[in-house]
Amino acid sequence: MPKLTIDGLEVDVPAGTSVLQAAEQLGIEIPRFCYHDRLPVAANCRMCLVEIEKMPKPVASCAMPAGEGMVVKTQSPAALQARKDVMELLLINHPLDCPICDQGGECDLQDQAVAYGKDRGRYTEEKRAVVEKDMGPLIKTAMTRCIHCTRCVRFLTEIAGVPELGMVNRGEHAEITTYVGKALTSELSGNLVDLCPVGALTSAPYAYTARPWELKKTESIDVLDAVGCAIRIDARGNQVMRVLPRLNEDVNEEWLGDKSRHAIDGLAKRRLDTPFVRRNGRLEEASWNEAFAVIQDKLGGLPGSAVAAIAGDLADAESMFALKLLMDSLGSPHRDCRQDGAALDPAVSASYRFNTTIAGIEQADALLIVGSNPRIEAPVLNARIRKRFLKGGFAVAHIGVAADLTYPAQHLGDGVDTFQAVVDGAHPFFEVLKAAERPMIVLGMGALCRDDGARILGAARYLADKVGLVKDGWNGFNVLQTAAARVAGLDLGFVPGQGGLDTRGILAAARAGDIGAVWLLGADQIETNSLDQAFVVYQGHHGDVGAQVADVVLPGAAYTEKSGTYLNTEGRAQRAARAVFPPGEAREDWKILRAVSEVLGKPLPFDSLEALRALMAEGCASFAGIDKVVPGVWGDFGENGALNPALGPLGSAVSNYYMTDPISRASPTMARCTLEIGGNAKARTGTDG
Amino acid sequence: MSETFLAESIQPTAFAFSEENAKAAEAVVAKYPKGHQRSAVMPLLDLAQRQEGWLSRAAMDVVARMLGMPPIKVYEVATFYTMYNLRPVGRLHVQICTNISCWLRGAPEVVRAAKEVLGVEFGETRSDGAATLSEVECLGACANAPVMQVGDDLYEDLTYESTKAVLTALLAGEKPPVGSQTGRRGACPCCGATTLKDKAGDHVAKEPAKPKAKAAAKPGKETA
Repeated sequence: MPKLTIDGLEVDVPAGTSVLQAAEQLGIEIPRFCYHDRLPVAANCRMCLVEIEKMPKPVASCAMPAGEGMVVKTQSPAALQARKDVMELLLINHPLDCPICDQGGECDLQDQAVAYGKDRGRYTEEKRAVVEKDMGPLIKTAMTRCIHCTRCVRFLTEIAGVPELGMVNRGEHAEITTYVGKALTSELSGNLVDLCPVGALTSAPYAYTARPWELKKTESIDVLDAVGCAIRIDARGNQVMRVLPRLNEDVNEEWLGDKSRHAIDGLAKRRLDTPFVRRNGRLEEASWNEAFAVIQDKLGGLPGSAVAAIAGDLADAESMFALKLLMDSLGSPHRDCRQDGAALDPAVSASYRFNTTIAGIEQADALLIVGSNPRIEAPVLNARIRKRFLKGGFAVAHIGVAADLTYPAQHLGDGVDTFQAVVDGAHPFFEVLKAAERPMIVLGMGALCRDDGARILGAARYLADKVGLVKDGWNGFNVLQTAAARVAGLDLGFVPGQGGLDTRGILAAARAGDIGAVWLLGADQIETNSLDQAFVVYQGHHGDVGAQVADVVLPGAAYTEKSGTYLNTEGRAQRAARAVFPPGEAREDWKILRAVSEVLGKPLPFDSLEALRALMAEGCASFAGIDKVVPGVWGDFGENGALNPALGPLGSAVSNYYMTDPISRASPTMARCTLEIGGNAKARTGTDG
Repeated sequence: MSETFLAESIQPTAFAFSEENAKAAEAVVAKYPKGHQRSAVMPLLDLAQRQEGWLSRAAMDVVARMLGMPPIKVYEVATFYTMYNLRPVGRLHVQICTNISCWLRGAPEVVRAAKEVLGVEFGETRSDGAATLSEVECLGACANAPVMQVGDDLYEDLTYESTKAVLTALLAGEKPPVGSQTGRRGACPCCGATTLKDKAGDHVAKEPAKPKAKAAAKPGKETA
């Protein structure tokens, strides 16, 4: 524990702390460009120079370990002069184009130039110019602005695990470049824009659209995968201009996947902004009252057993809860939130959650991934696995279609027979899991959405007992969900009631004519042609496949337009906030359901969102505290029985990272990414030549 | 991408080490402990350059694969050091230092001579492929400035005339003596020794030591 003095204040810090970090503990901020607390130290910008007594020259504080008895001066004339000189050097080749630079207003160089820059330059020679690089459809480059901090190189190499950027040449000619002019293939590339302290890397879709000071900032959460990253939605007027990550150490640290960041232009496309009613085979615009009248007419005459509901992947807990109550009051037990038919057992809450928690991954010492590709299903969670891997002493194995996961995972095989061998103890990795102190298994939807999904779940449950996945203070059994709505749906019991049918049963019954009406709450990934004969109400925000088969379309709100609660794959309750209003006639979903219940003569027992939430929390402990994880209850689940290798290899539930839901499917940016980068990680790897 | 990389038209599609070089490469890699094979990147790039005369992207990719490195990390190394030629060079690669020591000792004259003999400017290759002329930074032989490197050989203590003579001979396929062109040995002073002129034993003869008398004088001083 070295004790040192910084600006006259004494501080004790753990050995290995840098002088810069020690200063931060005292609340003394030292300017920096290249230093970032989540990246390896490079010490190449020299902006953090300080004076240390008994040292002949100014010292880069980010790379200098705190030593016993050091006397550091961060504000002495020598330190300030050193920083001014560094700033002058950095500005020699930096263009004076702040007025046309997208970084303007949130630029580290601009801010620090105010503090340390001179009002004019003494450099009269020619400035250098650097050729722009093609980094794909998400990142716009202006490489002449680059100050060579190498944050981008370090992020891609360390955090993202896709080493495709580097600094070539030296001195005056040094420049950051991509891997021979190819688009970056990382799902986390958007973070480079946040990390770049200058305007060299800026967001391409957002280019020249807004200035930071004219944006209204709303803190919310992301729902385009099941991780529930903390985000900030920046809106101007009623348009979402961009999404940035927010710090949440338990979930996303400060990273965000490219889809979550850039699919937002899909929020303005293909929107359902008015109710529609099918007349003579065509969907025609209608008023709310007309739409409700049709619903009253069709549903009123049906017995409860002929009505069913399916919830989609983006539904908020409140609307699922309201729809469940509505179905109850109509007397229908047919409802399901598993539109993909995943064999998740709603009776045991620990059976469908990521019980280890995302931050808990860092404590694990062995991991088996089955039927999942976390890199494309949950890139931020995958970065956490990589972070754990980099610390060393972490055995990772993967059963499923081979893919580059950004860390070297031992590929055991791609079929259920390999998994069976591990479960039976016949495979050597069984011993690895058994010997581990804190082993983990991650089951993906690629495994659970198969016909033998329930048996795979049962086999995993059996494995959990055999290798001790669950013990005191540790639960290593994890299911990686891909839908933001799923855990909340299961917790709320948006699953078949007594004698009820699941998604597959509902579709079959609709085909057979046994179910006459189906309510789709944003459910699009189902076999919609089964619904040809049934009366279909589609409540949602995008004109995707679900709306095309609908007889009545009720325009709902997207996640940026309503206050809604979501449980992420861990079971963490988080709340999305309204940043903008729903377009046109669209309304918040719980309100639509409340209004329908009134029309059907079975009013739901709440009139406000608060009352709804109180009622919801009463029946389900998961919603009692926001930002908290209520640990799942462990028990018996899954089916016994032989796995079926004939069903093919264990794939990933996500085939194209950039298009997984109605919002990203409507997004032009995501379409460009699919075209230029390719959404499938298994077809490309970071080291392919 | 830097200019050197943009030259797509000259890039061959493939590269492979010759049998002999593949063995040599294996031997180099074996020098480093397991897990640290990346340390062999510079010798391997050098081997590839010696085989082909220059370093193509295909060759760098082969080295990257051999060492399990991302290709971009190999490009970083190859572009950092000017000794790796990222474009083809002529049979003779004439590199002239123009840093301060050589400059003070007449490097501009050496450059003038080279340009006259070879008929090309810096960075250019003769159309017959016989030679490439490059301006380089310090070659590490400042004591013998001005210096020119051709292939692996240094020619030192150059003048306008001697540079012309060396290059003309090289172009004619001869092998002029390497090292100093004024005939001095290594970096010895040009006109005989300037220090340490005494021969062994000189000091003994001139100034015989009298330790005993000195020791005896000291106590005497104190008492006085």
